[in-house]
Amino acid sequence: MKKIFSRPRSMTDKPMHFCPGCTHGVIQRLIAEVIDDLGIQEDTIAIGPVGCAVFCYDYWDVDFQQASHGRAPAVATGVKRVHPDKVVFSLQGDGDIAAIGTTEIIHAAARGEKITCLFVNNSIYGMTGGQMAPTTVVGQKSTTTPRGRDRDLAGYPVKMTEMLSVLDGVVYAARVSVHNPANVLKAKKAIKKAFEVQLRGEGFSLVEILSTCPTNWGLSPLDAVRWLEKNMVPYFKLGEYKVPEEKKHEEIAVAEVAG
Amino acid sequence: MAIGRIVIDEERCKGCALCTAACPKGLIRISGRLNGSGYHPAEIVDGEKCRGCALCAVMCPDVAIEVEKEAS
Amino acid sequence: MGKVLMKGNEAVAEAAVLSGCKYFFGYPITPQNEIPEYMSKRLPEVGGTFLQAESEISAINMVFGAAGSGARVMTSSSGPGISLKQEGISYLAGAELPCVIVNMVRGGPGLGNIGPAQSDYFQATKGGGHGDYRVIVYGPASVQELVDLTMDAFELADTYRNPVMILGDGILGQMMEPVEFSFPENSSPAPKPWSTSGARGRKRNLVTSLYIVPEELEKHCLKLKAKYDDVAAREKKHESYFADDADIILAAYGTTARICKAVVDQAREEGIRAGLIRPVSLWPFPDAPYNTAADHAAAFLAVEMSNGQMVEDVRLAVNGKKPVHFFGRTGGIVPAKAEIIAEVKKILGGGRQ
Ligand SMILES: Cc1ncc(C[n+]2csc(CCOP(=O)(O)OP(=O)(O)O)c2C)c(N)n1
Repeated sequence: MKKIFSRPRSMTDKPMHFCPGCTHGVIQRLIAEVIDDLGIQEDTIAIGPVGCAVFCYDYWDVDFQQASHGRAPAVATGVKRVHPDKVVFSLQGDGDIAAIGTTEIIHAAARGEKITCLFVNNSIYGMTGGQMAPTTVVGQKSTTTPRGRDRDLAGYPVKMTEMLSVLDGVVYAARVSVHNPANVLKAKKAIKKAFEVQLRGEGFSLVEILSTCPTNWGLSPLDAVRWLEKNMVPYFKLGEYKVPEEKKHEEIAVAEVAG
Repeated sequence: MAIGRIVIDEERCKGCALCTAACPKGLIRISGRLNGSGYHPAEIVDGEKCRGCALCAVMCPDVAIEVEKEAS
Repeated sequence: MGKVLMKGNEAVAEAAVLSGCKYFFGYPITPQNEIPEYMSKRLPEVGGTFLQAESEISAINMVFGAAGSGARVMTSSSGPGISLKQEGISYLAGAELPCVIVNMVRGGPGLGNIGPAQSDYFQATKGGGHGDYRVIVYGPASVQELVDLTMDAFELADTYRNPVMILGDGILGQMMEPVEFSFPENSSPAPKPWSTSGARGRKRNLVTSLYIVPEELEKHCLKLKAKYDDVAAREKKHESYFADDADIILAAYGTTARICKAVVDQAREEGIRAGLIRPVSLWPFPDAPYNTAADHAAAFLAVEMSNGQMVEDVRLAVNGKKPVHFFGRTGGIVPAKAEIIAEVKKILGGGRQ
């Protein structure tokens, strides 16, 4: 028999610290698989967030910088400007990217930084113990929304991928999920596309990945993936919001109008 | 004759059971054993029915499953 | 290379470029805007990159990324912007990344005003951000010194793998003086094998300030402390001006020190034996010359554009041997020579009574 599935080469041997059934681990692996598939392990510089993914440098065997909370896109910008020929990507949680670091992600995207930002949306602050996140859905309970997120008090979840996809610097923007194998495989494809956009030097790429937090949601891992499908997917619609071809069409259309 | 074979690294497994739902044939379950970290690791039953689709490994958050398949 | 007439802010920028600084990230704020403006024109000429960031927070984190990638990199700002950079500076110090930060200090607190001030001394020399760390701080007093100390700053930053700050003020930044750039052009910094550049043919590099295990963080902090002790032992800088036989020693840095020199000159003309000890490095603070001078001087007078910040370091240095007085103006007001002389006479007169 032939081995068809094993630990990606660019992953270290270290067991991951995530809680049982937290799909963060799946995302870590997918990124490593893409790094392997593209043969870019020696050319990659990863930027880590503050949040549950803070230890991701322990799991990828690539050059790595640990950013402060929310600033990974700014750190990635500094790295990419020094090493324009390297692959630079960041991994961030929803608090990191959609609350404290909103400024950094929007402007990195608007500048069309040739970096890839991967955004793990688990609709909660995992690392600090389950407080409301900017992506906590209306009605969802957290330790700071004990009666469920109240839209009058705390407003509505932030739809980052929709927001960012309207910026001209963004070449690829997609939202995927990892709540079942079919979606995991789609998620990998999106991550790969995002890296390819960077490798072709086209501009900014973003993949938002819906992920579970069984511990802070207070659910078993299996209930958590079901909860994600039922409560997050309808609000955070999956799909590609911007693809490189679209950008080309746009440019053609503008050129025609101008001509 | 099994077409596929999975190897579960019991020490890496945290017993989350996502693989049990991922297997289209329902061949995986959570064992009664405890591993070194105090989790009940997953185990395969009826291994000869495994087709090596690797969906269990695709879903495993701890990269604890390796999959082999008969070259067709 | 002969002397050229240059504005302080532009001189800092050119000194940085000649020191091999290829990257600048900043956000506009008066009174330092000539630095980013100069860099936006100059850096592309040397194959570098100027980027106007969306905030000082972003700018300092871009500095982090570039410094961690092995480049010589600078940012500049003033008061409020430097406050925003503090978290980033703490991370830079924690991850031991070299960079140069310029603060052309303006009046505070809050929005304050855009007049010259020295009221960011505590912030610059005592930490500013969270955690047990130090930033090397220089307080230049002329455009030439802005140039020379900026060049030194890049060297020190690399040598010690630590942020270095140039603490100027609104006057120094705007002042025009003839300067000479004596540093060899195209200086190329030593390679930084610890930086991130893609792990090709080597083990991967990790740039981080995270040490989750308490014993490891303590070890890291002790290592940092040893480094700071080393800096303190080697890098103290000061200038003495008629201090050897002085009855009263003025203590002042930057723009205020220039005025105090004139005070010393006039006092001497009037038969008062005044002297000046000017700290050039603000951290590490040159404590020894003050302590030695306390053996013969009767009193000290710290003069600052603040309500008294550096004076605390002078008191620590003098260590109770002699009284240390203070005179300061704030709000963007520069102390006048006449009012300082009046203060000197008051102190000496009071002492003789
Ligand atoms: C400046 C700052 N503020 C707050 C924190 C505390 N903190 C750490 S992680 C985190 C939120 C993490 O949530 P998220 O980004 O959604 O990531 P997750 O842990 O859910 O993966 C916060 C608020 C911090 N480290 N730094």
